[in-house]
Amino acid sequence: MSETSIPDDRTLTDEGLAPARAGRILLIACGALAREILDLKKANGWSHLDLTCLPAKYHLYPEKITDAVRETVAKHRAEYDDFFVVYADCGTGGGLEQACEEMGVQMVAGPHCYSFFQGNESFAQTAEDDITTFYLTDFLVRQFEAFIIKPMGLDRHPELRDMYFGNYEKLVYQAQTDDPALTEKARDCADRLGLAFERRFTGYGDLETTLKAL
Amino acid sequence: MSEEDDIILSELDDEELVQQMFDDLYDGLKEEIQEGVNILLERGWEPYDILTKALVGGMTIVGADFRDGILFVPEVLLAANAMKGGMAILKPLLVETGAPRVGKMVIGTVKGDIHDIGKNLVGMMMEGAGFEVVDLGINNSVEAYLEAMEAEGPDILGMSALLTTTMPYMKVVIDTLVEQGIRDDYIVLVGGAPLNEEFGKAIGADAYCRDAAVAVETAKEWMGRKHNSAATA
Repeated sequence: MSETSIPDDRTLTDEGLAPARAGRILLIACGALAREILDLKKANGWSHLDLTCLPAKYHLYPEKITDAVRETVAKHRAEYDDFFVVYADCGTGGGLEQACEEMGVQMVAGPHCYSFFQGNESFAQTAEDDITTFYLTDFLVRQFEAFIIKPMGLDRHPELRDMYFGNYEKLVYQAQTDDPALTEKARDCADRLGLAFERRFTGYGDLETTLKAL
Repeated sequence: MSEEDDIILSELDDEELVQQMFDDLYDGLKEEIQEGVNILLERGWEPYDILTKALVGGMTIVGADFRDGILFVPEVLLAANAMKGGMAILKPLLVETGAPRVGKMVIGTVKGDIHDIGKNLVGMMMEGAGFEVVDLGINNSVEAYLEAMEAEGPDILGMSALLTTTMPYMKVVIDTLVEQGIRDDYIVLVGGAPLNEEFGKAIGADAYCRDAAVAVETAKEWMGRKHNSAATA
């Protein structure tokens, strides 16, 4: 059985990840979570879990997520005993949850990855105090240009920054790993957006406990 | 666009100038739009005509190309910023000249939501279409909406949310209107990226508006119905 190697972030962003076709449960995840899930899989010896990822760029086009998950389940229906969707609602407005119910497939609870990394309960408790907080994860710090700067046009029109971020006060870097270089990059991201900086180490939060239960 | 650098707006006739303003709005050129507005004013154009024919006309093209996936959010924001520059000149003049008023709208993002780009675009396009807009800004509680509606007496309540976590608050506001027996006094329009028509219906809104242009059309349509029902009552 071959272990899945982690593609580079650009591949995860644009193409996602194909399944290794090993394991009885197929995880269908956002490409932005590939590293974290493969890391957890390796650390815990979860050989019953296989992983396929949809392109991480769907983070920017959440309207594409639900149909893509449906297609992935349909495509691999005969090959696995079960499926688990490693997306939270992620901007689908309840559409993904409804689709999962219809397909008889479970998914991660919560509104988005920022919430399940921090822990859904904890995130809900601090949500009111954090409404002016902009979140980045390890992946999004690494891919700040591709997911924030370029799609928002800030590379071409930096003057738009305050139209996007004028109501935000703080950038919280939710660190999944201890990486000083990434922390510095996150601090730089905050500076570029004109926001105060805070690092919160979350580890894998509810992602780990959720997958452990499978 | 070196060719366009040579264009002297004041040398264009009215029709050419309006066409050029469409292009300048499309390209998000705020200073050129302000210059165009001033030229048309000097030529004796009514502020309301400049607003509707040059600015709204141009933004309508921007809106259509956004919907068709030709333009994206950054370009729309630049265009909106250019239009805002033109409107800043026209607004005081519109008050002086008593431009026709189609209706009045109170608008704001709901509690917990600070994302106001969509709301600002809707507000601007509604103003451009002749609505008086009272902008409550971001993060509005049900009390804030009710207070503003009592004080302002609008025809329309507009609520906006970008987050899946905040959009259910729209129902809280509408339910409160129902409880207080004032729901039917207002046209309730809702919008925001994660919403859809089904959600709008489920929470008891009159309509879901997928973008600013649709919001304007929907608002006009509902105002028309309101006038018709008032006329037949």
